[in-house]
Amino acid sequence: MLKALWSGKTLPVLVVSAILIVLWYVGAILLNSDMQRDAFANANNTNYTFADLVIGTWSQERPKLPAPDQILTELHKTVIDTAPTSKRSLVFHGYVTLTATLFGFLIGSALGMVLAILVVHVRSLDKSLMPWVVASQTIPIIALAPMIIVIMNQFDITGLVPKSIIAAYLSFFPVTVGMVKGLRSPDPLQLDLMRTYSASRIQTFFKLRIPASVPFLFASLKVGVAASLVGTVVAELTKSEDGGFGARLLAGSYYGQTIQIWAALFAAAACAWALVSLIGLLDRAVTKAMGAR
Amino acid sequence: MSSSPVIDIADLSLTFETNDGPVHALSNVSLRIEKGDFVSLIGPSGCGKTTLLRVIADLEHPTGGRVSIHGMTPEEARLKRAYGYVFQAPALYPWRTIGKNIGLPLEIMGYSKDERATRIRKGLELVNLTGFENKFPWQLSGGMQQRASIARALSFDPELLLMDEPFGALDEIVRDKLNEQLLRLWEMTQKTVVFVTHSIPEAVFLSTKIVVMSPRPGKIHDIIECNFPRDRTLDIRETPEFLDVANRVRQGLREGHSYVD
Repeated sequence: MLKALWSGKTLPVLVVSAILIVLWYVGAILLNSDMQRDAFANANNTNYTFADLVIGTWSQERPKLPAPDQILTELHKTVIDTAPTSKRSLVFHGYVTLTATLFGFLIGSALGMVLAILVVHVRSLDKSLMPWVVASQTIPIIALAPMIIVIMNQFDITGLVPKSIIAAYLSFFPVTVGMVKGLRSPDPLQLDLMRTYSASRIQTFFKLRIPASVPFLFASLKVGVAASLVGTVVAELTKSEDGGFGARLLAGSYYGQTIQIWAALFAAAACAWALVSLIGLLDRAVTKAMGAR
Repeated sequence: MSSSPVIDIADLSLTFETNDGPVHALSNVSLRIEKGDFVSLIGPSGCGKTTLLRVIADLEHPTGGRVSIHGMTPEEARLKRAYGYVFQAPALYPWRTIGKNIGLPLEIMGYSKDERATRIRKGLELVNLTGFENKFPWQLSGGMQQRASIARALSFDPELLLMDEPFGALDEIVRDKLNEQLLRLWEMTQKTVVFVTHSIPEAVFLSTKIVVMSPRPGKIHDIIECNFPRDRTLDIRETPEFLDVANRVRQGLREGHSYVD
């Protein structure tokens, strides 16, 4: 039984998680103890034990590092106990972020695929476009996002679209790169075969290049969707009036609500994980239908 | 035998320009292949046998001389889909089932769905793969994969079959079996076959004509006629006649090699 656990992924993951949680609690003691001592001093409490100190560091209202159970309590409160329509609900903020993420991801991956097809088929574009595609990713998104939002606001484009565009900006790149690689993955033999049939470029594209690119495409879609979420959250830091995880992070940092920040962080990570897993499932279904063992 | 050959090659040469200077892959090659012939090109690595086959298939362009296939240039012949080509590796598309792989050229050439189904069934029968239509390539052994690739090359019924060391990667037991099957196939379909190999027994067993080639520059050293009865079996390899031809081929290969080193 134990052996079966050990040989699988479950036990190693559990062990690592346990170690991290222990380190986390220790870290919370170290980081929060100064403030706790001050709190005791302010309350004229000089007669506290080490245990009091420890418990104190794990239950502050605005700790430097909240303990895991505090974050879980916050998550429980804001995900389950709060009505999803409330601005205090993480479900509400999650919905805002996810819609912008998915819309941006759709735009970004569509754009990425079109760019890849152009780059592979038009020689001059390979030379002229690809450097720009790479250069686009060297600009820090945190600097670019506010400008995009301000400029779009000038044209009365508000709401979902500006955020999605930033999400798309981050997700098109991995899709372009992966798809270009995939479309170029057929070996000379597979291409020669098409030539012996006098296949047209379009036939070679649909019957050879596209199917050959599918595994590459899915790998980059997984990276792309996670990047989309990051883009949306960054956009929400600037454009926080509609809510979203980014707005929640911003509000938390305004008011020193560290527990709220961490809860939003975990919720965002869980969403990213869910999106990546969803694409993973789709990947498995598609490649299985395409004969993968 | 008809007076107009299927393949007529005259004075063919092909030079690759490389960074280390020109490489003469083929030089002054002339060869006539008649309808129904089974011609083997044999020689050591670098003698241009694969290049010659690729020139016939319009996968390489000669730098001199003339090639005609049924009176057409190789390009015209390729555009008319005059030949089926079997590569060294099966080159089956892994995302297609065996049936769909055999049907690939038919899809490209615009055959109707019903016609494709009929031809795929016939093709599977021809190479003894009935029942494997819906398997994916990785579920088949190497020999079965190569048989599928032969069925694919024959699916659109080209008159000419070009084979580039199709059994080179297989073990000898499988290879013997496939050689026998290929011979039956050739007898049955009456195709003209050009077959590249570096196995002497394989060449002698299969061929009506063995073209012995020598390297640097690649050229034809000798052409040996070899007319065993069409319904021969592998047992023929023990006969003195077989060994005699095999010896001549071996000698030709040795002579072709001697003045190189």
